[in-house]
Amino acid sequence: MSLMAQGAIRPAAEDQAEQARARRLLQRRSAIRFFEVIIWIAAVVAIFLLPSKMLILTEIAILALFAVSLDLVLGFAGIVSLGHTAFFGVGAYAAGLFARHVVAEPVIGLIVAGAVAGVLGFATSFLILRGSDLTRLMTTLGIALMLAEIANQMAWLTGGADGLSGFSLDPIVGLFPFDLWGRNGYVYCLAVLFISTMIARRIAFSPFGLSLKAIKSNPTRAALVGIPARRRLIITYTIAAIMAGFAGALLTQTTSFVSPDVLAFHRSADVLLILVIGGTGYLYGGIFGAVGFTLLKDWLSVVTPQYWMFWIGLLLVVLVLVGRERLAHWIEYMPQRLSRLREGGR
Amino acid sequence: MTVVLETRRLQRNFGAFMATNDVSLQIEQGARHALIGPNGAGKTTFINLLAGVRPVSSGQIFLEGKDITTLPSHVRVKKGLTRTFQINQLFADYTPLETVTLAMLEREGVGGSLWSKVTGHGALVDEAAALLSRFRLAAVMDERTDRLPYGKQRLLEIALAFAAKPRVLLLDEPAAGVPEDERHEVLQIVSDLPSGVTVVLIEHDMDLVFSFASRISVLVAGAIFAEGTVQEIAANPGVRAVYLGEAA
Repeated sequence: MSLMAQGAIRPAAEDQAEQARARRLLQRRSAIRFFEVIIWIAAVVAIFLLPSKMLILTEIAILALFAVSLDLVLGFAGIVSLGHTAFFGVGAYAAGLFARHVVAEPVIGLIVAGAVAGVLGFATSFLILRGSDLTRLMTTLGIALMLAEIANQMAWLTGGADGLSGFSLDPIVGLFPFDLWGRNGYVYCLAVLFISTMIARRIAFSPFGLSLKAIKSNPTRAALVGIPARRRLIITYTIAAIMAGFAGALLTQTTSFVSPDVLAFHRSADVLLILVIGGTGYLYGGIFGAVGFTLLKDWLSVVTPQYWMFWIGLLLVVLVLVGRERLAHWIEYMPQRLSRLREGGR
Repeated sequence: MTVVLETRRLQRNFGAFMATNDVSLQIEQGARHALIGPNGAGKTTFINLLAGVRPVSSGQIFLEGKDITTLPSHVRVKKGLTRTFQINQLFADYTPLETVTLAMLEREGVGGSLWSKVTGHGALVDEAAALLSRFRLAAVMDERTDRLPYGKQRLLEIALAFAAKPRVLLLDEPAAGVPEDERHEVLQIVSDLPSGVTVVLIEHDMDLVFSFASRISVLVAGAIFAEGTVQEIAANPGVRAVYLGEAA
């Protein structure tokens, strides 16, 4: 008797139980976790509790968005990039130029900046499809450095080494002006971060997101279950570029200035470091990492103004040696443990 | 009988080394075709060429009459041809449930969907659960793949290929490395594959080959040395000399 036939005559109840279990397990995968709720509530509560800290919170929100976008590329698609700031910088310049020459309303500027960065991401994605990790590192680094030099040379457009200034933003959607304390600016950045993270989350738990980590984990096998890896990576890279462009635009809009520093190498390195601190592949690593990195940097630069870079470097070495997974796993495991208990009690 | 998979004068060389040398082979619909040969005879290379994992040097491959020689492997899967690997090629940090669901989503062409939820494709999840219980993986559907016993990983290896609903399935040593006590489970699954699926099997285990296959091709030094029914191959003195003689 064949096993397939056995499958057909197995008690239906048994099959149904397995199917219900399968559905529940996959649902649990994408369930909203405890720490997600906490972090968003904390971010909102901060508006009221920490009115004097709006500027540093804005900085964190922008950096977090930038890091979440890199996590899509690194943690999901498995592409290591040393030049992610190319999209941040292009978004920043696009937002500045758009505000100066076309429309000074921030939301329209944000969308335009995202679109420009997205076009650049799409165009350069074909370059990163080639080669190994090392080639990708060099390609992404090269693209960012080239853009930095272009921005420096085209002083008539970008202001060159002096940066781009001489523009001010209209109130957000015509209603909320950027105030002196940076409160509206923070709320605006937080809203963009929230919406972008929710979109990234939705993608992460879609069939598309499921296939991304499979490509990262085993490209040979991924092709043999029928995944068109190239197309998936191009789409992911483009989406990440749009989000990085948003982050750059937010920096421009909240500071009314574009420094050539937005394309500098250290920004690409910082955002990688943030993901090393926060962890990759679950999106919130970018947010936790941005909080940790910014607070640490802020604190260290007060305590040891000359040597803070040393301590950041030391932290990085320790994190890599200890294995960030071991440090960050409690976050990933906690809600699963809870649902495992529920699962056991069914 | 219709020919479902055919190669014409297929060649693949690595430098001066001919790994696949002028192989012309026809495999019929629903066949159980075993590919045997001594180590280094080029069996796995041949499977790699068929599945599109490596490009051919010259020659052609036809699937159901259509030339697939230059198609990338993910397109061949869509056309009904897939394979398993001698050494597990799985997604280490996925569970069997996620792995099989993934393959089914791709099969149905919704794998690129950015905005739907995986759980939104409930019928596929049900199908994945049914497939897993058929392959005796239901109990471990929520374990990380790299923590499964080796025999279970071998089962998942086959289940994953099977999830794509192939019309031609290439099995590269399905029982390789499986401990004795888990072995019968794998062999049972292999011999119970539905008869509509054409199976090409590479195997060293002669018991499995002779109980399973309807036709056998013997590969030596990249070329077809002999081909025929199980009885013909078993009676072939040349085959006994180069291969079975060594094994006996």
